[in-house]
Amino acid sequence: MKPRTRVHIPTALRLYAGNQPVVEVEGDTVGEALQALVSGHGELRRHLYDEEGRLRRFVNVYKNGHDVRYLEREATPIGPNDTLAIVPSIAGGADPSSPGESGAPADAPARPARPAPPDWVTGADGLPPISQAELLRYGRHLILPEVGLQGQRKLKAAAVLIVGAGGLGSPLALYLAAAGVGRIGIVDFDRVEESNLQRQILHGTSSVGRPKLESAKARLLDLNPGVRVDTYETRLTSENALDILSPYDIVVDGTDNFPTRYLVNDACVLLGKPNVYGSIFRFEGQASVFDAARGPCYRCLYPEPPPPGLVPSCAEGGVLGVLPGVIGVIQGIETIKLILGGGEPLIGRLLLFDALAMTFRELALRKDPACPLCGERRTIDRLIDYEQFCGLTPAEQAGVTAEALEITAKELAANRERGDVPVLIDVREPHEHEIARIPGSTLIPLNTLPARVSELDTSRMIVLHCHHGQRSMRALEFLRQSGFQKLKNLRGGIDAWSRDVDPTVPRY
Amino acid sequence: MSLTLPATESARIRSHLLGAYPEEGCGVLLGQDLPGGRRVERAIPIDNRGEGARHNRYVIGPEQFLAAEKQGREAGLDVVGFFHSHPDHPAEPSGFDLEQAWPYYSYLIVSVSRGRVTEMRSWRLAEDRSRFDTEALVLVPPTDADPAADGET
Repeated sequence: MKPRTRVHIPTALRLYAGNQPVVEVEGDTVGEALQALVSGHGELRRHLYDEEGRLRRFVNVYKNGHDVRYLEREATPIGPNDTLAIVPSIAGGADPSSPGESGAPADAPARPARPAPPDWVTGADGLPPISQAELLRYGRHLILPEVGLQGQRKLKAAAVLIVGAGGLGSPLALYLAAAGVGRIGIVDFDRVEESNLQRQILHGTSSVGRPKLESAKARLLDLNPGVRVDTYETRLTSENALDILSPYDIVVDGTDNFPTRYLVNDACVLLGKPNVYGSIFRFEGQASVFDAARGPCYRCLYPEPPPPGLVPSCAEGGVLGVLPGVIGVIQGIETIKLILGGGEPLIGRLLLFDALAMTFRELALRKDPACPLCGERRTIDRLIDYEQFCGLTPAEQAGVTAEALEITAKELAANRERGDVPVLIDVREPHEHEIARIPGSTLIPLNTLPARVSELDTSRMIVLHCHHGQRSMRALEFLRQSGFQKLKNLRGGIDAWSRDVDPTVPRY
Repeated sequence: MSLTLPATESARIRSHLLGAYPEEGCGVLLGQDLPGGRRVERAIPIDNRGEGARHNRYVIGPEQFLAAEKQGREAGLDVVGFFHSHPDHPAEPSGFDLEQAWPYYSYLIVSVSRGRVTEMRSWRLAEDRSRFDTEALVLVPPTDADPAADGET
């Protein structure tokens, strides 16, 4: 006499088991017990077993509370005191290939027996299927064993958010779209300017003046109509960052300012997403992958932002147009490696690229146990005000607003017209002064200002200018702290002067 | 066959599925079979465990099923069905839904398009597993007594 085992029947199947919640059957193994169950209750068979006689994928069997998949499956031995339970798992989902089709062929069970199409055709394993056209398009990937069909399907299933459609975002977005990354999101709020085209190869001359997202999306969909491109025409802020980032698997940071960089880092750590980082300046670039689950975050590397003004932006310091190509492509490679899951990701390593020396160096990064975000004791558990954190909130502490310290190009011209001629100081670099200058200005480059401050007269009104107004604002702050009171910053710099007052001054 | 859905639970379902968009969202329906038809008392949103293509696949694993069943037992309710969304697809069962289907349960399918719920229909598997049959969906309008359902669980 074989042992009798109790089998719990789920509500859904009781109708086919004589309306009993528990059925006792004989058998030495799980497989035998189930066979005994379906021979006693014939109608159960088609719900538990498929046409080939295999237990259906969504039927789970538990022995004393343990999934037999992790024991010996159907060969798992059972005794008289053991209890089996049939537990449903539920799956489904829209048909990927045929929106609008009700996929319920009336003769499904009567299908002639032929080998089931593989998962990469049906997508039955949960990854998206690959079409004939995609086989051709991605052929060079498919023959790489490290990518192959599974890897290409992972790329298709992946969602990557690119913050910034500029110098880094351009090559990155192009290569991710070309590689078949299924969903690409881009956050940007700028319009294309002529001066972007030296490096931002997503955009073209015909797009000047139009939103960057418009030209980016058109270019990416032309390159690969099979990818989905979602655009977010907004500045990334503490209010919207978590919502924008959350549908994506990986975030790539292509920003050029510290507040957004810290914001992207913090949001990624809070959401548990990897952040593929890159930055560029003049002839040098950096890249890393910050994934707090596996290594350091950006705050472990730079707990505090540099004081405002210490690190000039590309608009001020310049950048070799090809440089973001190199760094953006490195970010693209790292992103694809994260999706495929192979290779050695750039986690815990900071890659330094020097284009003039043509060298790549690598620094080991360590997770900071005291990191307030990803360390042992997290003190930051939400997004903060990053403008303030980076010291960029205008100089209101002294009761003076930034506006009160500014003068427009037209006002300055009108004052000079009237004979009210202030001292005009150009804080740009000599080579910029060579390209364009406002008549009557004196060149004192920002970094030489502290040494030459004695040349200036505190009793006279001083107007400071640079290219766009950022460096001169820092010069103004410096002079204010040195005791100067009659100070103005030319809003928009020499660029605004040439646009609004004197078009003979070249713009660059 | 009919499925009655109170406004609070319908709001909970919508809110969960809109939040999951563009991925598929899913959950369990607890309720009871009454002489007049099946009635949902509580919808439990579930994290979509599907690995990979969550934009067109959902999975409620056995452990999640057991947890929902336990929650139901404590409230005197049974698992009577499941809900899931079809992002940018009609509220009709796909071939994949049919392959994976269990008998008895109500499968409430919600079509979500561009962040809006466009259609809700409920289905049950035919005895011979050959197709899904649609069942009447009865939406109970909200009453003043209903607490605002905001999809929190």
